Amino acid sequence: MNLATLPILSLVTFLPLVGALFIAFLSQEAVRNARFVALWTTLVTFVLSLSIWVSFDKANPGFQFVEEYAWLGPIKYKVGVDGISMLFVILTTFLMPLCILASWESIQKRVKEYMIAFLVLETLMIGVFVALDLVLFYLFFEAGLIPMFIIIGVWGGKRRIYASFKFFLYTLLGSVLMLLAMMAMWWHAGTTDIPALMQTKFPADMQWWLWLAFFASFAVKMPMWPVHTWLPDAHVEAPTAGSVILAGILLKMGGYGFLRFSLPMFPLASADLAPLVFALSVIAIIYTSLVALVQEDIKKLIAYSSVAHMGFVTMGIFTFTHQGVDGAIFQMLSHGIVSAALFLCVGVIYDRMHTREIAAFGGLVDRMPIYAFCFMVFTMANVGLPGTSGFVGEFLTLLGAFKANTWVVFFAATGVILSAAYALYLYRRVIFGQLEKPSLKGILDMGPREIMVMAPLVILTIFFGFYPAPVLDVTAQSVKKLVADYESAVRTAEQESSERLRIKISEALSGQRETR
Amino acid sequence: MIYNAIVFLPLLGAIIAGFFGRVIGERPSEIITTGFLLIAAALSWFVFIQVGFGSETARVPVMRWITSGDLDVAWSLRIDTLTAVMLVVVTTVSSLVHLYSIGYMHEDDSRSRFFAYLSLFTFAMLMLVTADNLLQMFFGWEGVGLASYLLIGFWYHKPSANAAAIKAFVVNRVGDFGFALGIFGVFFFFGSINLDVIFENAPSAKGATMPFLGMQVDVMTTLCLLLFMGAMGKSAQLLLHTWLPDAMEGPTPVSALIHAATMVTAGVFMVARLSPLFEQAPFALQVVTLVGSVTAFFAATVGLVQNDIKRVIAYSTCSQLGYMFAALGVSAYGAGIFHLFTHAFFKALLFLGAGSVIHAMHHEQDMRNMGGLAPKIRITWAMMLIGTLALTGVGIPHLAGFAGFHSKDAIIEGAYMAHLPYDYSFWLLVIAAFMTSFYSWRLVFMTFHGKTRAEPDVYKHAHESPMVMLVPLGVLALGAVLAGVVFQPYFIGDMMTSFWGNAIAHSGGDAVAAATSTAVGDVAQAIGMAGHTAGEAAGHAAGMAGHAAPSAAGVVEHVAPAAGAAGHAAEAAHGAAGAHGGGHHHPPEWVVWSATIAMTAGFAIAYLYYIVAPWLPEATAKAFRPLYLFLLNKWYFDELYDFLFVRPAFWIGRLLWKGGDGAIIDGTIDGTARGVGWTTGRIVRLQSGYVYHYAFAMLIGVALLISYFIFAGGVTK
Repeated sequence: MNLATLPILSLVTFLPLVGALFIAFLSQEAVRNARFVALWTTLVTFVLSLSIWVSFDKANPGFQFVEEYAWLGPIKYKVGVDGISMLFVILTTFLMPLCILASWESIQKRVKEYMIAFLVLETLMIGVFVALDLVLFYLFFEAGLIPMFIIIGVWGGKRRIYASFKFFLYTLLGSVLMLLAMMAMWWHAGTTDIPALMQTKFPADMQWWLWLAFFASFAVKMPMWPVHTWLPDAHVEAPTAGSVILAGILLKMGGYGFLRFSLPMFPLASADLAPLVFALSVIAIIYTSLVALVQEDIKKLIAYSSVAHMGFVTMGIFTFTHQGVDGAIFQMLSHGIVSAALFLCVGVIYDRMHTREIAAFGGLVDRMPIYAFCFMVFTMANVGLPGTSGFVGEFLTLLGAFKANTWVVFFAATGVILSAAYALYLYRRVIFGQLEKPSLKGILDMGPREIMVMAPLVILTIFFGFYPAPVLDVTAQSVKKLVADYESAVRTAEQESSERLRIKISEALSGQRETR
Repeated sequence: MIYNAIVFLPLLGAIIAGFFGRVIGERPSEIITTGFLLIAAALSWFVFIQVGFGSETARVPVMRWITSGDLDVAWSLRIDTLTAVMLVVVTTVSSLVHLYSIGYMHEDDSRSRFFAYLSLFTFAMLMLVTADNLLQMFFGWEGVGLASYLLIGFWYHKPSANAAAIKAFVVNRVGDFGFALGIFGVFFFFGSINLDVIFENAPSAKGATMPFLGMQVDVMTTLCLLLFMGAMGKSAQLLLHTWLPDAMEGPTPVSALIHAATMVTAGVFMVARLSPLFEQAPFALQVVTLVGSVTAFFAATVGLVQNDIKRVIAYSTCSQLGYMFAALGVSAYGAGIFHLFTHAFFKALLFLGAGSVIHAMHHEQDMRNMGGLAPKIRITWAMMLIGTLALTGVGIPHLAGFAGFHSKDAIIEGAYMAHLPYDYSFWLLVIAAFMTSFYSWRLVFMTFHGKTRAEPDVYKHAHESPMVMLVPLGVLALGAVLAGVVFQPYFIGDMMTSFWGNAIAHSGGDAVAAATSTAVGDVAQAIGMAGHTAGEAAGHAAGMAGHAAPSAAGVVEHVAPAAGAAGHAAEAAHGAAGAHGGGHHHPPEWVVWSATIAMTAGFAIAYLYYIVAPWLPEATAKAFRPLYLFLLNKWYFDELYDFLFVRPAFWIGRLLWKGGDGAIIDGTIDGTARGVGWTTGRIVRLQSGYVYHYAFAMLIGVALLISYFIFAGGVTK
């Protein structure tokens, strides 16, 4: 099989959709088949996507596996990946089979539709990361809301309607502004081709407006403080797999957006507005960590901790340093694994006890040692212990931030203290102590299916903590280019402005001379 | 290969016992982990002899770690004398503790988990001491923190154990916050965090400044203070010490290994390891001495009145760590590490001895319920006695003594020779030595002597521990007796320059220690040496008097051994001459004797209080009740921190959650979403929501403030 001739990205993107169609034609009773079709589809997609990683050229900072077809007049169907986006595709395809497995027993109503929603969602999410056309990106980006909205609204908890509407409205409002900005870009540059737009030099004042419009959308997705309040509600009401996807992938779209649009296309505005991002990031880290400390619902606690971790990501991106950006990408991937795993952990005990209240648990280690071990690994990764994947990203983003601004790093680093406090406090209340509650006396440890879901996550969490090179090598060249382009854009702008100033002064001087 | 074996055998043991403990059973887990550790210990002594008395710094690359832009950090092992010393300490104590635990934990039904944690800890500690870059050190640093957390909370049914575990981790994180900032700063300034690169460039960084938190600060001072913050957390120095006494919730072998002999000394190791950096930051060194001396004093005062046998020893540990830092701060790195080395033996001995007592008393830890145990547990008593003699520093000046005598007295003399304002460090340390002696003997008398206060039933069944517990005690006792006298010439004596090589910065402090304590040890040799050193030093002092002063401020040299050391000895002598007039390079005789006198006085008073007149302690406590309560409550640090940090954190968290997220953000957004029709109703509501208005204004204010900081302090390279 020759990969070069195969439209591998489109295959990976749309294969889940094919699976979804297939399930749609199954009879309503074929619940088991629906599950298996979904599982196999996602597994095959994952394996296929690995071939992208294998044949990815790490030395090439540009886009690879590019496919381009004419579509709607000036709008093309164009996809491709670079070092920044490629691993997000893998992360998506990797988490999907785990989600299907995690929903195996916990979803009993409308299984067919559930599986379809997830497969459609997978296509849309992969689409976001591979799209190289503005419109295509927007379509994937926005359409992804719909299946998630449905997943929360149909298979969610008690307040699912409130949560799903909140989720939808928040993200939609941000996106409307982004859409306007995209139109403006099209009018200015005359193209919707993303690589071409990266080369376009938007005027400085226009960059500001475009940047803010994109920011509105990405900040909500991220989510950044103070537009984060949809996330805890959405998480709490979403079914386990929904939370996994939400935390694992959907949140990363904001960070990816910053890297794909804000930084390369609006470098001057990015430079000017970085302090705003820093301020919001630092507030997010401290604020949400403190809020996490007092949560009574396990899922809410992890949701708030996600916001704090995303604070490190936005901070890292806007340091404009190699380490900061590398760290942000790594942090997103690691968080994709770790927070997904933590939500799966919550799912395991939710399936058994049908409550997420911290106070309802305690002393689980007596009955569930394997579970306690997995939970410990992810807790430590969440805390950012060296030797887990959580450390690498946090370390690199902070390292980059020191170069950018020592106040930022000073405040952000307090997050490492607070995260230890809330994470261990949670662990203690759920896992340690006497197993006193009668309802817990008969609780069972994880079964083979659950272990199968957790094992790869445990392994990756530790593996990437000790050996992050496979990820960092992939991102290196693209990040290097991103940072270099940013720096040259800023430098050019500075030179131009000083040049303008020089001309102005000389004009003024010559004017003076003339009047004399 | 041999280095890899030392470091990774414990990891292998941890994996086997941890993951397959249930499969292979408890006993095989114990045997495998203990066996691996014994092998590692044997290899470590081999390496110690090889490296300490011979070859150069060795490096063993393991694999890549983090590469990002110009940051390139790899896993690799660095072995020099300092590492070799730590390898010996860690693996020896760890293997003995493993062995001891077979007996001590025999009733516990999750022993394989226990042994897995112990081995995991050992691995992390070994990674720490073999680190070739700051990040690997940080890995080990947090790794031992994890193991400590797991082991303190080993008995997870006990709420107090869980609380202590979290406290230990979080307080350590506060220190690590500083450590991490230090690492970032080092990378920012040096462009690398590999030790060799930093050391090479450190001398040229002296006096340089960099922007930090809106100020232009001295680079080396700032970096060293940040790094030292990490050391303060790990080594339980004042302000960040509160976790250590609580850590006694863990099983006693854990206290011996982690919270006495090894992990808590990581801070001392770190400062010594980074001594080429600290030498460029005289102010930071002063802070190190200040913190160390005050901690030594503070912890000793608290130790005077504690009733839990383990807590007394815990505060003693805290205090002794203070001694080590005091030494480091006056550049007597050799003396600091020497005390670390001897302390590991006698403190582990004391803890394991205490464990043996607790074992005998069926998990009774309160000394008020002990007494008169000596006849029941003869061997344990003898071992504890040796430990106490070593800790209190019994010995004859100019001759020889137990381990602590050699190392502690060297520190006290070094502190005197540093000529600090009012000799404050010296006096604090001497007074602490007096208190050390008092509380140590108090412990012995209360536990072993007098009439028993134990329940008759418990007392009757008090029994000596099995051999598997006594053998480690014996080995450690051997160390407590001999470690000082045997190794003194190498660590701080005349052989020190060739022994240490480039492993630590050589500087005035140690030269003093060398000059003063060459007189100890092998008497015959000592006399000759002292004369020799004196003559040499004096000669140099005369010769260098003119130009020694500026360089005495502390230029780092990776000393070409002989010449450099002589030069430094001369500088030190020069300093001594300047301050005291008359060109003494020895501390005055009364200084040499001061520690011994303090020790004897402490013993005498303890004897009076607990043997001659057992009613005296209560009477004294009554007479000075406020002071007694102050000490008993550990200077109220826990209460203070609870009031200052813990409660506010929860309070603010709740406020931000209910007020910030709930009322303001969601309130605003939900309100907007509800639309125009609600407008009239909203006005009424807004009026009743004044509090939230204020809170909202506050939040915006905070946001603006932080933005301002960032804009105003936004300095780039």
